[in-house]
Amino acid sequence: MLKGMLSKPENTKLYWKELMHQCAEIGIGSLGIVAIISIFMGAVSALQTAYQITSPLISKMVIPQIIRDTVILEFAPTLICVVLAGVVGSKIASELGNMRVSEQIDALEIMGINTKTYLILPKIVAAIIMIPMLVIIAMVLGIYGGRLTVGASGIISTDTYDRGLMEQFTPYNVFFAMMKAYTFAFIISSIPAYFGYYVKGGSLEIGKNSTTSVVVSCIVVLIADYILAALLL
Amino acid sequence: MIEFKNISKKFGDKVVLDDVSHQMLTSKTNLIIGSSGSGKTVLQKCLVGLFEPDEGMIIYDGKDFTHMNEDERKLLRQQIGMLFQGSALFDSMTVEDNIKFPLDMFTKDSTPAKLKRVNEVLERVNLVGSNKKFPSEISGGMKKRVGIARAIVLNPKFLFCDEPNSGLDPQTSMLIDKLIYDITHEFKMTTIINTHDMNSVMEIGDNILYLKDGKKEWTGNSKDIIFSDNKNLNEFIFASEFLQDAKHMRMLEAGKKA
Repeated sequence: MLKGMLSKPENTKLYWKELMHQCAEIGIGSLGIVAIISIFMGAVSALQTAYQITSPLISKMVIPQIIRDTVILEFAPTLICVVLAGVVGSKIASELGNMRVSEQIDALEIMGINTKTYLILPKIVAAIIMIPMLVIIAMVLGIYGGRLTVGASGIISTDTYDRGLMEQFTPYNVFFAMMKAYTFAFIISSIPAYFGYYVKGGSLEIGKNSTTSVVVSCIVVLIADYILAALLL
Repeated sequence: MIEFKNISKKFGDKVVLDDVSHQMLTSKTNLIIGSSGSGKTVLQKCLVGLFEPDEGMIIYDGKDFTHMNEDERKLLRQQIGMLFQGSALFDSMTVEDNIKFPLDMFTKDSTPAKLKRVNEVLERVNLVGSNKKFPSEISGGMKKRVGIARAIVLNPKFLFCDEPNSGLDPQTSMLIDKLIYDITHEFKMTTIINTHDMNSVMEIGDNILYLKDGKKEWTGNSKDIIFSDNKNLNEFIFASEFLQDAKHMRMLEAGKKA
């Protein structure tokens, strides 16, 4: 499938338009859920970290550091991509599956259009562009969610939280998170595209393939998460 | 003209097409008829390249389609229009955008020129004023006509129709048949139609291929069918008493004229 989609576009302008459309669908379409999850993710991390630090010997300044590193290293790239595997992945699989079952893909093929290039490539490229951006937004909002919570619940002051964030910051963690984001973006767009494009049968099979694609994507994301951590950390 | 020789196709152990050869004539409505599972759709999909035949050769105007590379096939496919059984319109596009899509993809015409062409074909299929409607907002018969408009917008040399009358009432079916027949002769296209509809067979069957169990059983035209003594064909075409009576009436009329 991947080899088949790397052919010369019949009309670059139309492919560009499709890419922009997919960027809007994947990026802007997922922004709301990413924002809500990220803020709550940071907020819950703040409360649970504070709850677990009971020793008076440990400075409260470590709370923002723990929140920052867990959000950047794991929560923002992995948790958000698992959620996006459901949101974006099921949409890609069901959209392509419906096009296959209703013969729209055949109609494009008969027109002389390479359907893999026209339908799948823009989705994968859009995911690779937009999902890392969503992960960056998730990092910022996750850390901000933690700040709101520590301030509101009086665990530490927001000034202390801000100072804690600046301490022992490792920029490599952001690089590592971005590597994960690019890898996961490819996984959660290409696997559902495969399941959707090659669906056989009717609406029941579209549903089944869509669910299978999300499950497989999530498992592959977690395996890739482990491999990347073992290789890059 | 489309000619195919010794086409065979298997799915697993099941032989769907067995050594089928025939010629589809230019400026004629060429019908492929047969009961469900006789191999009509598979044959049509082989002809347009959606399935690869296991054996045999398909020739478009003297060019061997079976041995063309992907680029050559893409070029040829731009001369092919196809009307699908379910119309296969793009759900997210309006009627106008559906018809304009092949123009956007394959021509460098200006937008006004494309819209002019869209309106021309919409007028040809009697759908003036439906430009901004979505497929979900129009009837089955209108969807078929939009499908025909999209299929002919690039002036194809070959038009394929997969069961164009399925799910339509008899009156709309007749309109669709007449439209396909008129377009075929007007634009001198080679039209290939898969159908179950006996009215279509009688009204527009210029060149008919009857398939039975994946084999070529009979060929002829709508007039030949009346006088055919092929038992399987007669059982298939004149299945009901009403149709048998109609056959006898036609034979009597032909006898009187003679």
